[in-house]
Amino acid sequence: MALLQIAEPGQSAAPHQHRLAAGIDLGTTNSLVASVLSAVPKALQGEDGSILIPSVVQYGTDDAEPLVGAAALAGQTQDALNTIASVKRLMGRNLADVLKAGAPSYELVDQPGMVAVQTVAGIKSPVEVSADILRSLKTRAEASLGGDLTGVVITVPAYFDDAQRQATKDAARLAGLHVLRLLNEPTAAAIAYGLDKGAEGVYAVYDLGGGTFDVSVLRLSRGVFEVLSTGGDSALGGDDFDRALAHWLASQQQRAWNLLSAHEQQHLLTCARAAKEALSSFDAVDVAGITVTGEVFADLTAHLISKTISATRRALKDAQLSIEDVDGVVLVGGSTRMPVARRAVASFFGKEPLTDINPDEVVALGAAMQANALVGNSANGEWLLLDVCPLSLGLETMGGLVEKIIPRNATLPVSRAQDFTTFKDGQTAMSLHVLQGEREGVKDCRSLARFELRGIPPMVAGAARIRVTFQIDADGLLSVTAREQSTGIVAHVEVKPSYGLSDQEVATMLQDSVTRAKSDMALRMLREAQVDARRLLDATEAAVHEDGTELLSPAERLHIQEAMNLVADKLETEAPVDDVKAACNALNMVTANFAARRMDASIRKALSGRVLESIT
Amino acid sequence: MTVTMTESAARHVQRSLSKRGKGVGLRLAVKTSGCSGFAYAIEFADDVLPDDQVFESHGTQLLVDARSMPFLDGTQLDFVREGLNEGFKFNNPNSKAECGCGESFAV
Repeated sequence: MALLQIAEPGQSAAPHQHRLAAGIDLGTTNSLVASVLSAVPKALQGEDGSILIPSVVQYGTDDAEPLVGAAALAGQTQDALNTIASVKRLMGRNLADVLKAGAPSYELVDQPGMVAVQTVAGIKSPVEVSADILRSLKTRAEASLGGDLTGVVITVPAYFDDAQRQATKDAARLAGLHVLRLLNEPTAAAIAYGLDKGAEGVYAVYDLGGGTFDVSVLRLSRGVFEVLSTGGDSALGGDDFDRALAHWLASQQQRAWNLLSAHEQQHLLTCARAAKEALSSFDAVDVAGITVTGEVFADLTAHLISKTISATRRALKDAQLSIEDVDGVVLVGGSTRMPVARRAVASFFGKEPLTDINPDEVVALGAAMQANALVGNSANGEWLLLDVCPLSLGLETMGGLVEKIIPRNATLPVSRAQDFTTFKDGQTAMSLHVLQGEREGVKDCRSLARFELRGIPPMVAGAARIRVTFQIDADGLLSVTAREQSTGIVAHVEVKPSYGLSDQEVATMLQDSVTRAKSDMALRMLREAQVDARRLLDATEAAVHEDGTELLSPAERLHIQEAMNLVADKLETEAPVDDVKAACNALNMVTANFAARRMDASIRKALSGRVLESIT
Repeated sequence: MTVTMTESAARHVQRSLSKRGKGVGLRLAVKTSGCSGFAYAIEFADDVLPDDQVFESHGTQLLVDARSMPFLDGTQLDFVREGLNEGFKFNNPNSKAECGCGESFAV
């Protein structure tokens, strides 16, 4: 049992008080993890001191763990087919969706519901690839926080539909993470800015990341965030700027892009990216003997920038606001470092955007703050967070049309109901087809689920009343219920979007992750042993400092010091768990006498100066 | 209804109080949190509050508020050394289960 200490009035610590929570920005190009440490949100570094982990996974032929991050990115040019980058674009998407946005450098396989990737290690679903990235973020977080994570908040683009959100949740589950909540990226950025500065008013969040563009209009007031509207383009980002410049570089070299090998294309893309980044600090750069000026770059990418500005204009219109209503603009995403983007945003809104917080980190920092609040670490209460439904949700009606039940941009969580009736005399069943999208025709919307309501009592057409309720919870996940009003019979579906990954399949993948359980467990045991060893060292050091001179001979003291050095050495060299434990045991042995003597001494101290009668 | 402490606990409390320079005694409380349902709290007490019960043990006052009382009735507070560590321990007859770390308990 733990021993307790006296606290000042009202200051007693709750047990297990600091629950470890983290915010994860699972990005198209880069991912990162942040946590609130001593009330300050901070992005967590890896062993190499880097904050951003490239969202790249490389699979090899052997059973070895896949490479994730910088190591995988470095190998991309050599093994483009087995190196999966920008997997976020594939999440919850089918092959046709993905190919519309341009084919990646790896081989795609059409799987029911969601596209997959053919690698030497077998067919990998985007959920598995994302789980590998999440796993490496989890390892980083647990190593730097020194314990297991209670829960995480993962951010997703506001544009993600239900299938993409569910895929993200499944990936987290596969990585062994408990998702407290999915959070829209711009909302996370608003949290980071809103709470840090206590700012109130209407804000626009312009988020130009590696692969996605999101723009959101939010209202912040007294700690309450309401998303008024969202818009953007889930296939527009920094990568497109690289591509525009790379194509131009090829044309300057008098070479046709399509005739270049995958390797050469990759090389040009890498050069283009470096040039783009350099142009954020310099007016002109030299790439492979070609001079690229800021003006040339601005011309080449003007069409991309103007796409973002029109999406911004649309989002404002959706929120029924004008430019003057916007009190501030928040820039998110590494691509907003580009002067072309900053200039365009500043001139559109007529004011300088907010850039105080690192645009690469701001989303993860906001997510970390929310995760911290959700696990109950934050002292001064929760804050309410309102999100919106990114696309309209509805039902198929006669004639292949979609009846919208929940309109786009409805504030979440939301519940809306509508009554439907039978179409034919004596009709006893009704088929319900749940769709997502803005178009009127069923074929133009995304099918999310189908289910049937049976047992409707036979009546003339139009007499039955069937109430269909759509409900979206705070995570943006949908459940649909149909209820026949006279009999009360009910049919229900949880969407469980239609990308085809059933619970059984997820369970199978979880089973597969058991093969990795052994190495995970070994790492965990090592970390526990190291923590124990550190605690023992501190305690021994304090005891020697206090009573060493009085109770130890110089030789004994030297022995203890040597044993302590050995433990410290095992810690420093990351020695295997058995060695750490052996060193600790050795230290315990040499201090056993010392501990007994300290005990005696304290009893003697307690008894000294008393006469015999008062003791007995 | 009684709460007591061992002599070594009382001695440690006295010493801590005199080092701190103020305080009327030691407040014991039970809070609803932790992984087994309840958690102990030990704090210095600067005042006796209206709903406190006061117990005197080895010349030291123990204060328990009315809400915590049912959970602490019969408890003996002990002060122990374990290895090189020392601290307070609750010997609580009401406690039926403790979490592994002993920071919280169930009744």
